[in-house]
Amino acid sequence: MDKLVIAGKQFTSRLLIGTGKFSSSKSMAQAIDAAGAQIVTVALRRVDITNKDDDMLSAIDRNKYLLLPNTSGARTADEAIRLARLARAATGINWVKLEVTPDPYYLLPDPIETLKAAEILVKEGFVVLPYINADPILSKKLQDVGTATVMPLASPIGSNQGLKTRAAIEIIIEQANVPVVVDAGLGLPSHAAEAMEMGADAVLVNTAIATAVEPVKMAEAFKLAVAAGRMAYLSGTAAESKKANASSPLTGFLRNE
Amino acid sequence: MTTTTQHPDIKKILADRGLDGSGKDIWTKRLGEITEDEVKWALSRQPGYYVLDRLLMLISPAAENYIEQMSQIAHQLTLQRFGKTVRLYAPLYVSNFCVNGCTYCGFSTNHRFSRIRLTIEQALAEAETIAKEGFKDLLLVSSEDKKFITVDYLAELASKLRPKFSSLSVEIYQMSAKEYAKLFAAGIEGVTLYQETYDRETYRKYHPGGPKADYDYRLSAADSFGQAGMREIGLGALLGLDDWRLETLALAEHAHYLMKRYWKSRVSFSFPRLRPAKDVDSARFNLLSDTNLIQMILALRLCFADAGMTISTREPAYLRDQLVKLGITRMSAGSKTNPGGYSTHADSVGQFEIDDSRSPAQIAAMLKSQGLEPVWKDWDSAFTDA
Repeated sequence: MDKLVIAGKQFTSRLLIGTGKFSSSKSMAQAIDAAGAQIVTVALRRVDITNKDDDMLSAIDRNKYLLLPNTSGARTADEAIRLARLARAATGINWVKLEVTPDPYYLLPDPIETLKAAEILVKEGFVVLPYINADPILSKKLQDVGTATVMPLASPIGSNQGLKTRAAIEIIIEQANVPVVVDAGLGLPSHAAEAMEMGADAVLVNTAIATAVEPVKMAEAFKLAVAAGRMAYLSGTAAESKKANASSPLTGFLRNE
Repeated sequence: MTTTTQHPDIKKILADRGLDGSGKDIWTKRLGEITEDEVKWALSRQPGYYVLDRLLMLISPAAENYIEQMSQIAHQLTLQRFGKTVRLYAPLYVSNFCVNGCTYCGFSTNHRFSRIRLTIEQALAEAETIAKEGFKDLLLVSSEDKKFITVDYLAELASKLRPKFSSLSVEIYQMSAKEYAKLFAAGIEGVTLYQETYDRETYRKYHPGGPKADYDYRLSAADSFGQAGMREIGLGALLGLDDWRLETLALAEHAHYLMKRYWKSRVSFSFPRLRPAKDVDSARFNLLSDTNLIQMILALRLCFADAGMTISTREPAYLRDQLVKLGITRMSAGSKTNPGGYSTHADSVGQFEIDDSRSPAQIAAMLKSQGLEPVWKDWDSAFTDA
């Protein structure tokens, strides 16, 4: 069976879910369920990680989902590292979605600080999933220091613009030794399907689901789109061409030679 | 910030644009001339980006007929950027001793009343009461008298509050960048300070004495927050002093300037409409209508997609219930504007009278009933290495 493998752990779902922007923890939990997700990321800034009864945390069944703490809000490597350590100390989870975003408006990731933090966290035994701009060289450098995935953005987070960085992500996928998870900016199920058709190993979606009028229905739509995109990729998508390909070629007679 | 010194500072920007009051007549005339066609054009642009000309159209008298259209766009934009959430915070007043004579404020140095300053222990007791309501986001507020409230007092208080609160910010008298840096190191991550009014003449009129009488010094405050590395820079004009339309233009220019220069700090807006206060003659206020307050909020949202927008308990319940759908992302609840008001000194004099007196639990329930999640915690003390 086709499985996503991250740091030796197997997953059947290729749709990761972010937990921000929902109208309630209940709505969030229902959407995660409908998405069939197995990895759920939570901003450490939003939860009280040391409190088992935290409203959002207690809504996520840890037996069912891998809880992936993220360092959203960190402006520097130091801050991100501090948050990751805190989360591990409180929960025992050594996975971290590394986000270092010094610009508070577009929340674009800082490549230099991200690489710095990744190197240190990997050495400390963390499974690091770094959120990055779609930069193939940075992807290589992160893999060199031992990250478990790379997570290039499709377009600025929360923007719903879809795969604006397509050309760079294609290169990242072509060259990657670790799973490539397309993160941020996927606004429609068709965007997610497009990323999967390209050969992305997984996608992460939050805003598009959380801010939909019916998050549960949208979560299911993304689930289907991701599965369809993956199936298309595995079946060998037909090559794209600007021109129409005649089904009766002009030089067909040569075959009979 | 040596790398940015070649760019004009905010004083020059406002002067060049005539937004410090010097171009009042020209701007007022221009605003009056905006046509509905211009408003429609402004509404047809992609929202979320600041251009002075477009803001001008959105705050014009002509745009008052387009509040519903503006609301729809602002709602969508806020939903996309902030989700179905509203952050909640509470203010903690620590002192009402003041050396300034601001004529709209209950704490004016010219008012005679028995003043108090909370000791660190009293402030912690107040904070305990606030924390029990569920708050994790605390705003420390103080009037200006350095004899009673020092940087060291605030730093000590902050370090003791950190275990209880995930986010600490201040709304206090103006300090130097160095002093703000000290507060930042103690765990305070945001500063709010209103220019009060961007009009020099009006500023002079309402601030007859004390260190705050210096308009230019006041205008330089937000730069100091940026230099100190503060994460949140809160801006606002006190609504009721001068023409809200001109204040909005200056406020937007100020925000735009800060966003470019201190790009790691997030700028947020507050909309403090003047309120009655003890010994203050509110008949002098030049208040704006609910419609215009909403127009101001919407116009700024349409120009600043990611700016935090705060509305306090100054505003009435019926209005606050609507504003959370129109761009507002953060609100206070159950506020006391007098030092000790939560527990230790219930009868002390407050800065102004609040309007929405509902409890934090009632506010949370109101948000939930509108399909919004009340967010108590959206920060973590672990971000700061204090």
